[in-house]
Amino acid sequence: MAEFLMIFRGGNHDVLTVPEEMQSHMQRWTAWMQGLSQKGIMMGAQPLANDGKVVKGKQKVVTDGPFMEGKEMVGGYLICKANTYEEAVAISKNCPILEFENGTVEVREIRSMDM
Amino acid sequence: LQQSQENIQSLTDHLFRHEASKMIAVLTRIFGFQNLEMAEDVMQDAFAQALNTWAYKMPVNPSAWLMQTAKNKAIDIIRRKRYQQKFSDEANILLQSEYTAVPTLNRLFLENEIQDSQLRMIFACCHPDLSAEDQIALTLQTCSGFGINEIAGAFFQNYESIKKRIQRAKQKIVENKIQFDIPSGRDLQKRLENVLKVIYLIFNEGYKSSDRENLIRRDICEEAIRLCTLLTEHKETQVAETDALLALMYLLASRFDARVDKNGEIILLEDQDRNIWNRKLIDLGLECLSKSAFGDKISEYHLQAAIVAEHSLAKDFASTDWNRIYGFYQFLVNINPSPAILLNKAIVQAKVESPQNAVNQILNIPHFEKLVETQYLFAAALGELYVQLNDFTSAKAYFVRAESLAPTEAERKLLRKKLSLLEVKKS
Repeated sequence: MAEFLMIFRGGNHDVLTVPEEMQSHMQRWTAWMQGLSQKGIMMGAQPLANDGKVVKGKQKVVTDGPFMEGKEMVGGYLICKANTYEEAVAISKNCPILEFENGTVEVREIRSMDM
Repeated sequence: LQQSQENIQSLTDHLFRHEASKMIAVLTRIFGFQNLEMAEDVMQDAFAQALNTWAYKMPVNPSAWLMQTAKNKAIDIIRRKRYQQKFSDEANILLQSEYTAVPTLNRLFLENEIQDSQLRMIFACCHPDLSAEDQIALTLQTCSGFGINEIAGAFFQNYESIKKRIQRAKQKIVENKIQFDIPSGRDLQKRLENVLKVIYLIFNEGYKSSDRENLIRRDICEEAIRLCTLLTEHKETQVAETDALLALMYLLASRFDARVDKNGEIILLEDQDRNIWNRKLIDLGLECLSKSAFGDKISEYHLQAAIVAEHSLAKDFASTDWNRIYGFYQFLVNINPSPAILLNKAIVQAKVESPQNAVNQILNIPHFEKLVETQYLFAAALGELYVQLNDFTSAKAYFVRAESLAPTEAERKLLRKKLSLLEVKKS
């Protein structure tokens, strides 16, 4: 069984102005991850704050975030187990980030580094 | 401030046992049994904080305040240690992730989940891998919030040996990887039987001595009733046997006030003032007993409760229906032919047949020679029967032996009283 990293981008949470909507949206994240955890395939996940720093190149130039348009910004990640890309993609389709028009999940297999 | 601090001290004492055991159960479910000490630390921290802050502002709902404080402390620990410490199997990954940590904690702190955690704790502490003594001590400490000194006092043992016993038991739960869950399927019946047995043993520990000085014993009986009530409130463990045990304990507890006189001397069933039997507890007991009739199985507790109920319903000792009680005992010895039950059956047999038959029965109990030399009830019962047979020499010999074996002063006193009555009868 392989491991896959899912990178969540976009998702304009500002449109969820009603507290109940926001709450039920967050509950769907919890429920999604609970489901993966119950299947024993969830390996970890964390949401990321909106601001940040970027350190670049040999000069190690530091700039402040946000660094790009909202739709490209990474909002969080999850690592889960799956047998194939198809399986991992099927899992990602239930991610609540996709409730937003501009939400994306980037699915990447974690590579084994040869010695 | 002095005054309010004293009030708070007594309030936390009162809250302590109940709330502490709840907190330990929830926190152990969160942290995992291997981190039981972490759970105990958080619980103690929360109480220490209560003592410090309540003096200035008393919360509207102290129990809720304590739970919220425990929850806040739990999330702090999880955030601090999530990458180096493994928490519960059930929720480890969900507690590590900020997406799910708080929702998961919130769920586990819901009232019905707290109850669920308490049941898991009972099943873990009453696991057959542990010896009966370990199960009892661990259950009293972890499920009931008794202090080690209280447990030691109640069992006439020293602090260190109880402490070691409990430590060993906790160690074993971790080593044997005993699951923190409510067993299901086939496992459930057997495990539940053991839990009920431990609860009944706990009750008996509290009930068997009527030592007035030792008030903690009454608390122990109340705890056994509370633990059993918890079991009757959960769909998996709410079976006829549980109701029957609860009935038995309620009915026995109803006699608490009538069992001892002002001087701490034991009053036997025959001489008890039935007007001071607790009517409310009798009613609760009878209610549980009728509920327990809906099972497909008659357990030892059913029969024990039925016997005690006969006494509860008789208006005085003379109108006791001994034939009915004897019938229950005949059933009971088929289920559990333990020496104690055989002895009690023989005592009733003296009422429905003859004292001589009863004596013969007792002499035929397996390992009688050993029992009569180690357990005062056997010697005391024989003494009583020989009085009825007018054989005062034998009666005296048995009462003397019983007096030397009786564990408490109250029991010894009663036996000395019987001995002096014997002298009067002889002359």
